[in-house]
Amino acid sequence: MRLELVKRPQQSKLYSALSPFIAFGLTLVAGAFLFAMLGKNPALGLYTYFVEPLTELWSLHELAVKAAPLILIAVGLSVCFVSNNWNIGAEGQFTIGAITGAALPLYFPDAQTIALLPAMLVCGALGGAVYAAIPALLKARFNTNEILTSLMLVYVAQLFLDWLVRGPWRDPAAMSFPQAPAFSSWATLPELFPMSGRANWGIVFALVAALVVWFMLSRTLKGFEIRVIGQSPRAGRFGGFSTARTIVFAFLVSGALAGLAGIAEVSGAIGRLQPQISPGYGFAAIIVAFLGRLNPLGIVAAGFVLALSYLGGEAAQIAVGVTDKTVRAFQGILLFFVLACDTLIHYQIRIVRRAPLSEPASLSTETAHGHG
Amino acid sequence: MGMAEAILLTVATAATPLLIAAIGELVVERSGVLNLGVEGMMLMGAVAGFGAAIMSGSAWIGVFAGLLTGALFSLLFAFLALTLVTNQVATGLALTLLGIGMSGMIGESFVGMPGVKLRVLDLPVISDIPLIGRLLFGQDPFFYISIGLVAGVMWFLFRTRAGLTLRSVGDSHTSAHALGIRVVLIRYCAVMFGGACAGLAGAQLSLVYTTQWIENMTAGRGWIALALVVFASWRPLRVLVGAYLFGAITIMQLHVQAVNMADLVSLPGPLYWLVSVLKSAPSQLLSALPYLATIVVLVIISRNRRLTIMNTPASLGRPFVPDR
Repeated sequence: MRLELVKRPQQSKLYSALSPFIAFGLTLVAGAFLFAMLGKNPALGLYTYFVEPLTELWSLHELAVKAAPLILIAVGLSVCFVSNNWNIGAEGQFTIGAITGAALPLYFPDAQTIALLPAMLVCGALGGAVYAAIPALLKARFNTNEILTSLMLVYVAQLFLDWLVRGPWRDPAAMSFPQAPAFSSWATLPELFPMSGRANWGIVFALVAALVVWFMLSRTLKGFEIRVIGQSPRAGRFGGFSTARTIVFAFLVSGALAGLAGIAEVSGAIGRLQPQISPGYGFAAIIVAFLGRLNPLGIVAAGFVLALSYLGGEAAQIAVGVTDKTVRAFQGILLFFVLACDTLIHYQIRIVRRAPLSEPASLSTETAHGHG
Repeated sequence: MGMAEAILLTVATAATPLLIAAIGELVVERSGVLNLGVEGMMLMGAVAGFGAAIMSGSAWIGVFAGLLTGALFSLLFAFLALTLVTNQVATGLALTLLGIGMSGMIGESFVGMPGVKLRVLDLPVISDIPLIGRLLFGQDPFFYISIGLVAGVMWFLFRTRAGLTLRSVGDSHTSAHALGIRVVLIRYCAVMFGGACAGLAGAQLSLVYTTQWIENMTAGRGWIALALVVFASWRPLRVLVGAYLFGAITIMQLHVQAVNMADLVSLPGPLYWLVSVLKSAPSQLLSALPYLATIVVLVIISRNRRLTIMNTPASLGRPFVPDR
């Protein structure tokens, strides 16, 4: 028995819409097995992971807090992935964005005005974009593999942040904790509804970014250019589109959004710079981008799903007694199923039985000749 | 044991996991498949090797557990990328993300536990030959495995018919298929070999290099191994050179911080100056050196576009669906 793929004449519209749902369903099944293997009640585990966080108002706020960076980063990544540029260093661009944005209040402590926060957000986005420009320019100019360079820069950015908060930017008042001073109220991203929970303006930025990028990708010439270059660079060149310009553009957009996510995270949810500012948002956003089928509107939904997994992981630690490390395992399994299900869009999968197996045993001598 | 000898020994220990993982990935890429899951497979090998070793008490059982886990874990990638023809870049990334998650989950209970160290070779008399004795005859088994792998892969790829077949699959899967070569089967084997090597490299980290389990303990070595394959333009001997170069950079940043400048006055001027500059640099900058070096090396190699195109397996990363 083996699997055989038959190319569909056209992409299947049905499976384009269904595949993320099938993948999520399969992940739940795999998750149930995982819980059972760990000796936990699968029903309770899945409930704690994927339902319980939705039952209370404050945890809906937390969901928005976690979804905001995931959506912002993933929307940017979709521009890269659609144009066939593999930016996997969003975690680093996120970190640099947080640093460049936070530099403003640290270096200009007297500038306590209403303009401070917008300036910080702009600086964060710029920082992320500049950092993403490194792998982009190296790819455009020297054809250097952007996957490896962008990833290496993640480690560099994290070490840079580590040095800053333990060295020059360390808060002298924080005793032995390696952290920068807390942001003033002018430098803090305001909460949307402070009465009921922590959700801040980050989620609004994320939704706006998703809409803008969706419009750009699907309704403008620039979006068309990005898609053509992504599918066939040769066709793009005949159309007069520049591959190098597209590389740089895609990286700048995704770097800027990752940087914005970074500064929004430290200024909103965390409140200061510290050695650890992300539970792997930059990598989880890759999963978000694929689960959303590289469509910014789909990414919004996918961002909430992954945010739910983070919240569920925290809840399951207490309620079910599994380590919060299960979150990343879950997320990895989800990406596998998403990719596997995407095959259904382009191919029909047929299960073929080998002929010799179905023949009676008495014919074995002939089958040996006939089928080799 | 002299200072120089001690440093060379630690360089070999730091280079060996890079070498083993990279030589495995070289075979995978020669067959036309790009598996970016090296980091994840290494982590799975590291955690499985560590766990099996402390449960059985035998480091050798850990070695085999690492190897086997790497090979089995790579099957996940192979099934998706080869049978379901998913995008190889995305699938490799998925393997790495899954490996990070799974190994963290499995290894949770191992954190802080003392591991089992694989013993170094110790032959009477010859291991004690000054200078070369320890280097050649007094290292851990992984060192000999890594050198054996390089020699074996060179022989296999360039001196055997099967190796020629594997390279032909990597250079043109359609032609190979037309000649009746079972492209997918060969690629499955290559991917599993790469997985076994990555698992072995991971086991080296948790059985020799540190002898404990730390979450994410590979710290990007899987990615550096991938870069080494590009750096080596898909040639086994150059992978060896590259791995030792990176081993040296890793060790240098560790030693520079501990070194006493007064001991180095005999060094030539520029070298003395370089060491003193590095010594005064923040430790984070030194830790970033291997990553920065990877970028620099990749840029230098890829600048020569013609050479890169000539050496890259022509079908690398391309999807293949056999027509029937």
